Amino acid sequence: MDLNLLTIDAARSAVQNRTTTSMALVESFYARIQKEDAQIGAYLTLSKERALAQADRIDRMAAEGKQLPPLAGVPVGIKDVMCTRGLRTTAGSKILANFVPPYDCTAVARLEASGAVVLGKTNCDEFAMGSSNENSAFHPVHNPRDTSRVPGGSSGGSAAAVAADMAVAALGSDTGGSIRQPASFCGVVGVMPTYGRVSRYGLIAFASSLDHIGPLAKNVKDAATVLHAIAGRDPMDPTSADVPVPDYVAGLERPVRGLKVGVAREYFGEGLDREVKNGVESAIQKLAALGCEIVGVSLPHSEYAIPTYYIVATAEASSNLARFDGVRYGYRAQPARTLSEMYRRTRDQGFGAEVKRRIMLGTYALSAGYYDAYYLKAQKVRTLLTRDFEEAFQKVDVIVTPTSPTAAFKLGEKVDDPLAMYLADIYTVTADLAGIPGMSIPCGETREKLPIGLQILARHFDESTMLRVAYAYEQSPR
Amino acid sequence: MKVTDKDVGYVADLANLELSDEERARMVRDLNSILDYVDRLNRADTSSVEAMSQVSEQLSADHHPTDSERFANRTREDVIEGLRKSLPREVALENAPDADDQFFEVPKVIER
Repeated sequence: MDLNLLTIDAARSAVQNRTTTSMALVESFYARIQKEDAQIGAYLTLSKERALAQADRIDRMAAEGKQLPPLAGVPVGIKDVMCTRGLRTTAGSKILANFVPPYDCTAVARLEASGAVVLGKTNCDEFAMGSSNENSAFHPVHNPRDTSRVPGGSSGGSAAAVAADMAVAALGSDTGGSIRQPASFCGVVGVMPTYGRVSRYGLIAFASSLDHIGPLAKNVKDAATVLHAIAGRDPMDPTSADVPVPDYVAGLERPVRGLKVGVAREYFGEGLDREVKNGVESAIQKLAALGCEIVGVSLPHSEYAIPTYYIVATAEASSNLARFDGVRYGYRAQPARTLSEMYRRTRDQGFGAEVKRRIMLGTYALSAGYYDAYYLKAQKVRTLLTRDFEEAFQKVDVIVTPTSPTAAFKLGEKVDDPLAMYLADIYTVTADLAGIPGMSIPCGETREKLPIGLQILARHFDESTMLRVAYAYEQSPR
Repeated sequence: MKVTDKDVGYVADLANLELSDEERARMVRDLNSILDYVDRLNRADTSSVEAMSQVSEQLSADHHPTDSERFANRTREDVIEGLRKSLPREVALENAPDADDQFFEVPKVIER
């Protein structure tokens, strides 16, 4: 039994049946990280003490013959934008290089309460801002499928850790595609739930009206298991929704015959790589063969998605990142004669180029004289983009698209062209803007053996149908 | 060019960022390139469209009465330490770059 290849169910059962121990699993994963991660760079901080303590707890429960919780003994990675008590949390930024949170993010606490073992904190673009993971202040992440290529971003470390068998599953965050695009680039499953489905308490905020936490995993069932563990109302996050959480795993096996699958032509136009297009079209044919009805839909405002997103997200970011001022936590520039000089130098030295660019863009869009032309305009177009989905979902149950217009690109390829980098998110930002759930599953490879991702979008709070379609596709014969 | 060097200086001031000359030049270039692209928003007719600042507002439109309840921001009872205990002072000060045993310390605020 190769412990590093186990699914969640298999790992939990093996620990429950005592064919292995949680401790052995943890050690096996740390051995793999030790061996592989120098080439990949998926982890920023390892949490051995915390992992071993949790493994010990799980093994004691198993020894006493107690029924283990659903994620018992499952080694996971946590994107380093989620606070972990006593464990360094950097957001991929120099400004938080030594920050040790005094409390746990709710999603992490819920995972651990379900028995999961946190191996460490995964690398990401600074403050989750980026599509390639090259904006990490510490080191880039290499795509395990081809180390000359990016893993995607911003949850690149989480996706790479799962793809390289250095975690069974991981948590990521998605503001404009940061779970789904790296999942697509690394050939794993990534789920962004409905806005409000998973508490953001303890998530370092980037753009509060767009931020989501969700799982990355090796298959749909594992992703559903993790989502089920972290979903649901949390009094500590007033934006978390009070909507019952269905049993996502139990719903997976339900048939998909007769479901209406929408295909929007706006997602198959200029800029879409031919091989990606072919991969996604084959997947759509397979869904048809499974008995789904393929229905053409229109999302006519899609061309406005990227400009809308980059105004709304940067405006919110400029406000959220005001808290990094060198006073209560984080880096402080020395020396500084006055308070104002201290703020400015701290932020200049502490933030990387992309974060400064977004703070500047957001501040500009909110400043007197430009607010109506940019911020207010973008908020109105956001309404139009959301209405597009509402209308489409009156006709169909899910919508399928490519996750990203291309497969993983080369490290360095887009670092000097922010706009080209932003366009990597062209198919993912719309779901964040509308607050609907979306996920990416692998659907074939390019000639260069790079994974292609199929994106599935669904109605608000209808993760179940989305996961069901993903599972049916995944389980169907190649 | 939409954004000038002077604009970048002004916005950097608003954002409390001290940019080097090199960073300023790059910022002028990047912001203009991004805003040129953003200008396509002007092609969208929004004359009778409400602005949306949260998903909750969108779902509280008339045809989704139940969703508005689901998404509504909630208030809690105004109780000290209602949801969780406040952080002890020493814990709250632990991450501070400069503090004594009671306060965060910062450089002089007012020049004499």
